[in-house]
Amino acid sequence: MRLGLVIDLDVCVGCHACAVACKQWNSSGTTGPLTDYDPYGADPSGVWFNRIRSFEVGEYPQSKTVNFPMSCMHCETAECVTVCPTGASYKRPEDGIVLVDQDKCMGCNYCAWACPYGARELDQASGTMKKCTLCVDRIYDEVLPEAERQPACVLTCPTRARYFGDLDDPDSAVSTVVRERGGFQSMPELGYNPTNHYLPPRVQPPAQQAENPLVSLQDKLKEWMAKAIAK
Amino acid sequence: MHPAISVIVFTVASGAGFGLVILAALFSAFGIGGGLSLGETMTAGGLGLVLATVGLLSSTFHLANPRNAWRAFNRFRTSWLSREGVFAVLFYPVAILYFGGLWFLDGAMTGALQGMAVLTILLAVAVVFSTGMIYACLRTIRQWNTSLVPANYLLMGLASGGVLLTTVLAYTKGPALVTVATTTLTLLVAAGIGKLIYYFWIGKPQGSTINTATGFTRAGVRLFESGQSSGAFLNKEFGYQAPISLVHRLRLVVYALAFVIPMALMVLLLQNGMGVLALMTVFSILAGLAVERWLFFAEARHVVNLFYGAQRT
Repeated sequence: MRLGLVIDLDVCVGCHACAVACKQWNSSGTTGPLTDYDPYGADPSGVWFNRIRSFEVGEYPQSKTVNFPMSCMHCETAECVTVCPTGASYKRPEDGIVLVDQDKCMGCNYCAWACPYGARELDQASGTMKKCTLCVDRIYDEVLPEAERQPACVLTCPTRARYFGDLDDPDSAVSTVVRERGGFQSMPELGYNPTNHYLPPRVQPPAQQAENPLVSLQDKLKEWMAKAIAK
Repeated sequence: MHPAISVIVFTVASGAGFGLVILAALFSAFGIGGGLSLGETMTAGGLGLVLATVGLLSSTFHLANPRNAWRAFNRFRTSWLSREGVFAVLFYPVAILYFGGLWFLDGAMTGALQGMAVLTILLAVAVVFSTGMIYACLRTIRQWNTSLVPANYLLMGLASGGVLLTTVLAYTKGPALVTVATTTLTLLVAAGIGKLIYYFWIGKPQGSTINTATGFTRAGVRLFESGQSSGAFLNKEFGYQAPISLVHRLRLVVYALAFVIPMALMVLLLQNGMGVLALMTVFSILAGLAVERWLFFAEARHVVNLFYGAQRT
């Protein structure tokens, strides 16, 4: 099993609801809190497991805004785990989720250096590295109704741009949508083989424009006069 | 990358310390160029161990949670950081056995001691090589992901260690002074060439771009909004970028202080053997290598910067 996310860049509107839901759930989760620094001051900052950046693709007027949510990709070749000297970072063999054991981490930042996706952030308060857990404390919780056993970001997304599932199973919904929509990985050239995939915007014909020929003021005036005289 | 003072002190001091121990063990155990006297070996070995220890201790200051530092020996099989720690811990008893044994036998060289010297040298090389590999194994930072990095760490460590050993011999007027100074000069030239190749190599455009990062490879992509109102961990750790004019000026400083001036002083020293020249070389090369190390971090561009406006790394 290889659990991960598939994010539809065609649908994402960049509302940051997934980031907020993530912060809310994980603040009381297994690696919480996600410490905020100076939260009510002039320059608030803090730990987030999910960040959304917006890009302008193409040149105006043939341009498009693409919102690009990024969290841990739960890579197949997770170098963050390879480089960790203490054994705090590990990848679960059963489902491929990459986690940090908060009791073992010494806060050397080396795993964050090895991560190309900016998924890991040091919590200054605890001195340990924190990252997306794929809501491991949610997706296996049998107390929750089965439909809610999904990461908080996926459940909250108002545009349903996020899918969660097993990317090892070729017939799962996530694998199917990746295959059919031409899903891709970020920075495949680095060889990390991230589990999370992105679906590119659909190719659509140009939007239909209303017929609106340019008519000079003089012609409009003549037309109006002609109509008025005909009456 | 943010250049942390603790890591600069660590790599420069431990590089010079291990380099000095390597050369002291080599010249004393095998009597190269007339060999070292007991006093010279003890001074050089002791100074090398102190420098290596200061460096290694300094490296623990950048840990956010040092009470778990003892766990760093766990992942020897995969992590170069762990390997560096393990080799360093193995190095101390072997080095102390060699230098202590030599002291105990009052300078009489035996086959067992020579074996210890070889082990000391191998472990010291392993530590410095691991330090280089900590950086060189990261595919996320193209300026580091090259075999030039461990090669340069070894050459610069040996060159600065050679300068220190030359200084010891210049004050004791030891018989091996000419051989050690000549070896140091060779190492300085090799280290300088290594660094020159490195500076040319990192100038070549390569590596990930914002297009491969976002998957839009057939159109221009530019950051519209980072989604943050202020800097966070990623910006502090990876965002530092030195102005290009400063980088170019500092490269000249590195060349002058770490390579050209030490080479010139070594040539002068070989002609008149004045101890003060060797001492000047020590200050010059250590200052030069500190600037070199600062640049090593300041010039490194982590791919995360792509998500904060960089077009390429």
